[in-house]
Amino acid sequence: MSSRREFLKTGGALVIGFSLRDELLGQQRGTAPGPDLRQIDTWIAIHSDNTATVHIGFCELGQGASTALPQIAAEELDLDMSQVKTVGLDTNVTPNQGGTFSSASVARGGPQIRTAAAEARLALLQLASKRLDSPVDRLTVSKGIVSVRGIPNRSVTYGDLVGGNLFNVPFTGSAPVKPATEYKLVGTPVARRDMPAKVSGKHVYMQHVRVPGMMHARVVRPRGQGAYRDGAKVLNIDESSIRSIAGVRLVRRGDFIGIVAENEWDAVRAAQQLKVTWNLKPTLPGNDRLYDQMRAAETQDRVVLEKGDVAGAIGKAAHMVSLTGRGPYQAHALFGPSCAIADVKTDSALIACTTSDVYSTRTNLARLLEIPVEKVQVQYYEGAGTYGHSCYEDAAQAAAILSQAVGKPVRLQFMRWDEHGWDNYGPAHVGEVRAAADSDGRIVAYEYNGWQHNWAVVETSAQLAFGTQAAERDGGAAQQVSPLNLGSMYDVPNLKLVNHRVPGLGYLKGGWLRSPLDLSFSFASEQAIDELAYRVGMDPYAFRQRNIKDPRWLGVLDAVAKAANWTTRRAASNLSKAKVVTGRGIGVGTHLASYGAAVAEIEVDKETGRIRAKHMYGAIDAGLAVNPGNIENQISGQLVQTVSRMLKEEVTFNKTNVTSLDWNSYPILRFEECPEITPIVVQRLNERSTGAGEEVMAGAAAAIANAFFDATGVRMQEYPFTPSRVLAALKKNGG
Amino acid sequence: MANELKIRVNEQVRTVTAAPDTPLLYVLSNELNLQGPRFGCGLGQCGSCSVLVNGVEMRSCQTRVSAVEGKSVTTLEGLPAWYAAQKKLAQAPALHPMQQALIDEQAVQCGYCYNGMIVKASELLSKTPQPTEAQIRSAMNGHLCRCGTYPRILKAVQRASQMMKGVAK
Ligand code: FES
Ligand code: FES
Repeated sequence: MSSRREFLKTGGALVIGFSLRDELLGQQRGTAPGPDLRQIDTWIAIHSDNTATVHIGFCELGQGASTALPQIAAEELDLDMSQVKTVGLDTNVTPNQGGTFSSASVARGGPQIRTAAAEARLALLQLASKRLDSPVDRLTVSKGIVSVRGIPNRSVTYGDLVGGNLFNVPFTGSAPVKPATEYKLVGTPVARRDMPAKVSGKHVYMQHVRVPGMMHARVVRPRGQGAYRDGAKVLNIDESSIRSIAGVRLVRRGDFIGIVAENEWDAVRAAQQLKVTWNLKPTLPGNDRLYDQMRAAETQDRVVLEKGDVAGAIGKAAHMVSLTGRGPYQAHALFGPSCAIADVKTDSALIACTTSDVYSTRTNLARLLEIPVEKVQVQYYEGAGTYGHSCYEDAAQAAAILSQAVGKPVRLQFMRWDEHGWDNYGPAHVGEVRAAADSDGRIVAYEYNGWQHNWAVVETSAQLAFGTQAAERDGGAAQQVSPLNLGSMYDVPNLKLVNHRVPGLGYLKGGWLRSPLDLSFSFASEQAIDELAYRVGMDPYAFRQRNIKDPRWLGVLDAVAKAANWTTRRAASNLSKAKVVTGRGIGVGTHLASYGAAVAEIEVDKETGRIRAKHMYGAIDAGLAVNPGNIENQISGQLVQTVSRMLKEEVTFNKTNVTSLDWNSYPILRFEECPEITPIVVQRLNERSTGAGEEVMAGAAAAIANAFFDATGVRMQEYPFTPSRVLAALKKNGG
Repeated sequence: MANELKIRVNEQVRTVTAAPDTPLLYVLSNELNLQGPRFGCGLGQCGSCSVLVNGVEMRSCQTRVSAVEGKSVTTLEGLPAWYAAQKKLAQAPALHPMQQALIDEQAVQCGYCYNGMIVKASELLSKTPQPTEAQIRSAMNGHLCRCGTYPRILKAVQRASQMMKGVAK
């Protein structure tokens, strides 16, 4: 514990990881105790200058966790934001709150931080009670100064009470927390704390970290992955091909190849120049056969949800719609490729990387390096926004393998084609929906069948270096047909959701990508609902209102319709012969526990097939919005990304490998194409906070598709809506 | 072979050791430890590595270090002073108006693309102090943002343009 104290005095890891290295590891190498979650000291430290450090087990991924979580702590402790610091994630320092994904930082981390802070405050009040000789219930706190009610000069600061010492108090979770009505900070748009450093170039991203004696490295892989099962096999390496570059070292472990050099540019060009003959197998379906092959696969089937009698109800219904939706593989394609630094010694290792979960990354690295887990330390640095399981852990492993091989600290950075080509892509999906309504416009039956494969377990570095067999994660939420995002927002008596798990080893590597599968789900599902409204002859918003009972779903739906000045009319009722036509669409959806709804206004050029998103509106109800400003930013980001994913993004591949390897072959939305954005936060002070980082994307994806129908009278069955796909759909439908 | 080269960066002449064909980006990051320009694609496609060379935005990943000998390179770090020199201010502000405007607009996600966005917007505002929305969009179109901050960056450019109005020249 004492060394942790020492560590805190340095002001936290953001100073720069490796300047701490000797200080920290010099003492701790070999012991490295994991922080004890049952001690208040693991969560909160009070310093003698009357400030606090909160130890947070979630990382700043650009989503604002480094502002919102301290905000919660400051609220409970009655401190100003300026009095609360945080430290960087480090397996030796910060608590294990689980990984930063599923929009969890505020949803899952918030309550933990809140109760820990409340308990720390109570402990502080008990100390103050003795010091000021006054019962706890007569004390009041402001900015960390405890005073006796009515006698402001009888006071003592938190800093005077415990400054620099440990609480030595167990964390029981029993201290009462503040009622929402007394919130002063929570619920307000506190400014992002990382902004000044980020605009001035002072923010230390992973890519900026340097260590003394460090070597630069790059990996050498085929350009673009093949089938997950096959990895990549080296047939021959022509070492003479890089002989002209002095001072570079070739490292080979199994089929893992890396180049290490003192000079970064030498490593970069040697990695490009090295001639390797790979055995690439033509075992992928390629884009053309992808969906047919998935649909024809022998699948593992599971009824996810069933009530009533869908088939019977459909048979009797006045209106029935059946619709297929196909969604492509999409890439994380983070703006700055993954980077990591590893310093692997014979009996210990320190790895700095951009993982969303330092603890699970540590476990995997320990196994790979054959070093006991307690001797492996993993530190987090912010990289470019990842939005899911990109190559961050792959890069950490690659750095570790190379450092172990050369016996020096190694900084490894992926090239653009590595990141684009060896990602864990958001899996492709085929969805088939049947939905039926009675003549009054009430949905009577809903059925969804979905096909996709699961996520990859093995990182590419481990697979290549050690021949680790490819394997997929077992089922579970976000990898299968979602009972939260499909049909269940509607009041439907007969409903059936069936998941068809496609065996995935012969496909691309899968991983979670922001709002996993949800865009594809709602693309199919909310188009079917929209089509029902059309068949019934109703306005799509009014139809949804009629079929939703849950006030929170209705709340976001109404909020977004109001913001968009929605006027009642049936979809596709204004079709025109003009070259450029406009349309508007609405959609609802979510990822997990929050509620999302969106409206899209688009323009379609029927001659070029080009679509322009003009204005996107998105509403989220995520319960108590701790920092509404943050959530507005999150909604904006989600809406822009959704437009990008619906209109442009698709991983391309042939039979042997992925071919979308840069921003030209994997285009994303650009500045000129960006729509106007209206984010709406539905504040619910008395509801538990739920995620806000993903839940408007599903509704937004559907809104775009429905707007296309409104503009053209044609239903798209596959996205992205590239010009060629749009023209083909219009032609097929005589549009 | 590595040579000694003299380059002018943020108004200081710096001696660096690099092979002449080394992309300027690696020299700025590794020899001069600058954190503004950063690797994004290495292909000239994204704008992550942008710097100003004699006031013109260039991709440092596509510019050989030897090509900027005798020229003046300005990175994100040097923008406030560059702005002060342009506007003939006695003292450089802490932040270029575009940097301040981004904070004011809270245009924040991961921020990795800001380097290029700020450098490009500074170039635009120096040439076109009152750009229209279409001019902003077209000037910024070569700069990608994965996090979707375009709408707020657009507002920040407009705000910066307002802030710069009436600043002496
Ligand atoms: S890194 Fe230079 S343009 Fe992308
Ligand atoms: S803010 Fe993340 S890439 Fe622009």
